[in-house]
Amino acid sequence: MRQSLAVTEPGFELKGVRVEGSPRPRLDGIDLCIPADGITVIAGASGSGKSSLLRLLNRLDVADAGSIAWRGVPLAETDVLMHRREVGMVFQRPTVAPGTVLENLRLAAIDLDEEAAADLCSLVNLDPNFLGRSATELSGGEKQRVCLARTIATGPAMILADEPTSSLDPEVTEKIEDLARRLAHPESPMQVGWVWVSHDPGQVGRVADRVVVLSEGKVAAEGSAEELSSHEASDVRRAVGGDR
Amino acid sequence: MNDLADIGLGGLAISGILIAVALALSLVRRLGLEKDLLVAAVRALVQLLIVGFALRIVVDDDDPLVFTWVWVVLMVVVAAWTVRRRAPEVPNVIPLALVSFTAAAIVSLGVLFGLGVFEPTGRAIVPLAGMMVGNSMTATVVVARRIVAEARDHRDLIEARLALGFSSHDAFAPHLREALRTGLVPQIETTKTVGLIALPGAMTGLILAGVEPVDAVRVQVAVMYLVLGSVSTTAAVMALGLTKGLFTSDHRLDVAARPPTP
Repeated sequence: MRQSLAVTEPGFELKGVRVEGSPRPRLDGIDLCIPADGITVIAGASGSGKSSLLRLLNRLDVADAGSIAWRGVPLAETDVLMHRREVGMVFQRPTVAPGTVLENLRLAAIDLDEEAAADLCSLVNLDPNFLGRSATELSGGEKQRVCLARTIATGPAMILADEPTSSLDPEVTEKIEDLARRLAHPESPMQVGWVWVSHDPGQVGRVADRVVVLSEGKVAAEGSAEELSSHEASDVRRAVGGDR
Repeated sequence: MNDLADIGLGGLAISGILIAVALALSLVRRLGLEKDLLVAAVRALVQLLIVGFALRIVVDDDDPLVFTWVWVVLMVVVAAWTVRRRAPEVPNVIPLALVSFTAAAIVSLGVLFGLGVFEPTGRAIVPLAGMMVGNSMTATVVVARRIVAEARDHRDLIEARLALGFSSHDAFAPHLREALRTGLVPQIETTKTVGLIALPGAMTGLILAGVEPVDAVRVQVAVMYLVLGSVSTTAAVMALGLTKGLFTSDHRLDVAARPPTP
């Protein structure tokens, strides 16, 4: 199991966050601090509220109650468009726009030159020769890497990743996990923090500096994967791969 | 002129022979449409007779124009209701359709009557407003339904653009463009081919009534421009109003307006 990095820079602070849903709230009284650096994995069973939480952090949704602050400033008071570029999002289902890979990358950075675009492709393990190819005709894994490169092109301080490797094969998954760790490393020039939703216990162990386990819309536990692998609750242990 | 326009009751009855042809086809080919055909033929006759008598008041040059404008308002209301019936999945469609048709009426009738193309009489206002509303209705329904479908079918892509920092206007712009093109292209194509495939209604009516064909063409062209202008106006107002309702002021897809996922 991976050793936890020291994570200190304040990022998101959630207080009493509630999102209504049926038959029960999707999120129910979430109090949570997520550092701006390192990789925080949100784990938990299907329907536990992981994706709902991520959408709140990108402000694609707003909470019905409670407050969320990013770096000390309430989200309600920030410029939402600036916030979304500072805290980018990669969705579970890779969604590219019609056009070439280069045109997709330029959605994020209109002045992106071909050399910088090729570097972005290399960064996400995509052949730079793909820049001229139609993005909609790529495989699911290739599309997801285009989406990741597109988000990185905005120069984010943090990336919210909603099960980003669920459509990728193990080899590419490993490369993306490695990329996330490199970008999150304290000595990386980009210094990108991650909030990474995963329901794969193995992945939690591989990438997480810190884990938050959600259960039925509530925080069931938080800590390092190692700490949680011996947690008293079996669903928490299962979420981090400590109970097989 | 009147001789041509007045076919008399006998002429009307003889034209009914053509309904008998349609009935015969239905019977021979066992289409089961006889009842529908009869109901349609009788309904058309009764409805148009009622409209004809009502129009006598509305288009009478001696009566005040207020009756004419009441008639136009009624047309707009009925059209908005019809849009609602044809596009039930579109949120808030009645108020949006009312605003769209009203905007088109102000723009197109304003140009035609305000700039003196036609005299503002009941005889001119009612048929022109009718053509404006009637032709705009189809485009309005197409655009409204297409916008809702675009928002539903491409929600992932729209949210992906929002997550990249696009404003809601920019995130939806390609879909808005697609919806407007879908609504407007048929009318543009019709305008391009007018006269080549079929003679348009207003011109046919004028020629039947004894007007010189070239004079009838001038009226018809003005009518075609009226239709194109009003179709564009209604489609644009409907599209912009509907798009605005799909998003919140802080650039999120509005949960209340979010179309159901398939």
